[in-house]
Amino acid sequence: MKEGKTLADTKDAAETGLVFHPMDQFQVKPLFGDGPIGVFTVTNVTLWMALTVLVIVLLMVVGARGRNIVPTRMQSIAELAYGFVYKMVEDVTGKDGLVYFPYIMTLFMFIVVANFLGLLPMAFTTTSHIAVTAVMAMAVFLAVTILGFVKNGLGFLSVFWISSAPLVLRPILALIEVISYFVRPVSHSIRLAGNMMAGHAVIKVFAAFAAVTLIAPASILAITAMYALETLVSFIQAYVFAILTCVYLRDALHPHH
Amino acid sequence: MATDTSGAAKAAESAGMPQLDFSTFPNQMFWLVVTLVIIYFVLSRIALPRIGGALSDRANAITGDLAAAEALKQKAQDAEAAYEKALVDARAEAQSISAKMKAEIQEQLDAELAKADAEISAKAVEAQAKVAEIRDNATASVKTVAKDVAKELVAVMGGKADAKSLTAAINARMKG
Repeated sequence: MKEGKTLADTKDAAETGLVFHPMDQFQVKPLFGDGPIGVFTVTNVTLWMALTVLVIVLLMVVGARGRNIVPTRMQSIAELAYGFVYKMVEDVTGKDGLVYFPYIMTLFMFIVVANFLGLLPMAFTTTSHIAVTAVMAMAVFLAVTILGFVKNGLGFLSVFWISSAPLVLRPILALIEVISYFVRPVSHSIRLAGNMMAGHAVIKVFAAFAAVTLIAPASILAITAMYALETLVSFIQAYVFAILTCVYLRDALHPHH
Repeated sequence: MATDTSGAAKAAESAGMPQLDFSTFPNQMFWLVVTLVIIYFVLSRIALPRIGGALSDRANAITGDLAAAEALKQKAQDAEAAYEKALVDARAEAQSISAKMKAEIQEQLDAELAKADAEISAKAVEAQAKVAEIRDNATASVKTVAKDVAKELVAVMGGKADAKSLTAAINARMKG
């Protein structure tokens, strides 16, 4: 009841001026009609993921179409992204990790493009949803765990047994390692979703303040600054997600420290 | 108020975090999987081989160009060496030719000089002979003239000079 009352209050406030709806931008809504959201309902999630696919196709397929010796601008960006992720996989995971390069590239491109698209005004940020990031993090976690056991058999368990530590400490460390191993997907997914959500919500809060004439300039300055920071965060979070995936992959391929 | 419960619940949802609205999870997961599968196939089938190919093409082109440049540089160095060698050869040949010419000229000059010397000495001998002859002739004329003058003088003085003693006297006088 109480929430209902507050909502009504804020609705009233909307008419008077200052009102905060920082979380409204994250609502999943059906694109057509107003029915319940089923599994296959076409929602704003569908729209923005489709736009993500479109941007990736435009950049990586259409942009890199020429295969020129001297690249065009779009081709340069595509090659930069390719080289960036390729080198990251090679450096972190090693040569034998390059087989998994397309998977990591898929994750990286999806996250970085979705993050940047989410920065557009009125956009819906798919990566700000824990449902999205958790699926990716769990996929990475399961894939890496299965791969570890397939490649190394039970030897994969040595990832928890730190042979360089003193023998007395090893069981305790093993316990910590096991816990940290299972926390990985949680931190992996919440880091991305949390960063995206927080940044967008903060921008929205500042935007609400812009309605008040007196503090509008400061608010707009703050939005600009936050926007710049969010642009950086969008890239960094995609990078962090990808590099952590590489690190987990390395553990699976080479469990012996 | 009781009829308001569903509205209130909905309000609570919208006031809270849409991220924790589990009713939208299956939808999001479904579309995420569709999206990731599409991206994966687009990237692994089309984009990544193409970009990787372009990158390796470029690397090959660069290494090829560098090798070609190295070969051309080597060629230029060879050409320069050949040019230097030709220059040295030409200079040596020129020097030998000029030495030969000098020797030839010297030889010719020596021959001409010898010839000229011989001619000059022959002419000198001839001239000396002529001078001697002239001098002899002159001496003889002087003797004749002296003999005649002496004979006349002796005759004028009333003496009689025989030719023999006169000649002896003149010869003795001409020697002194």
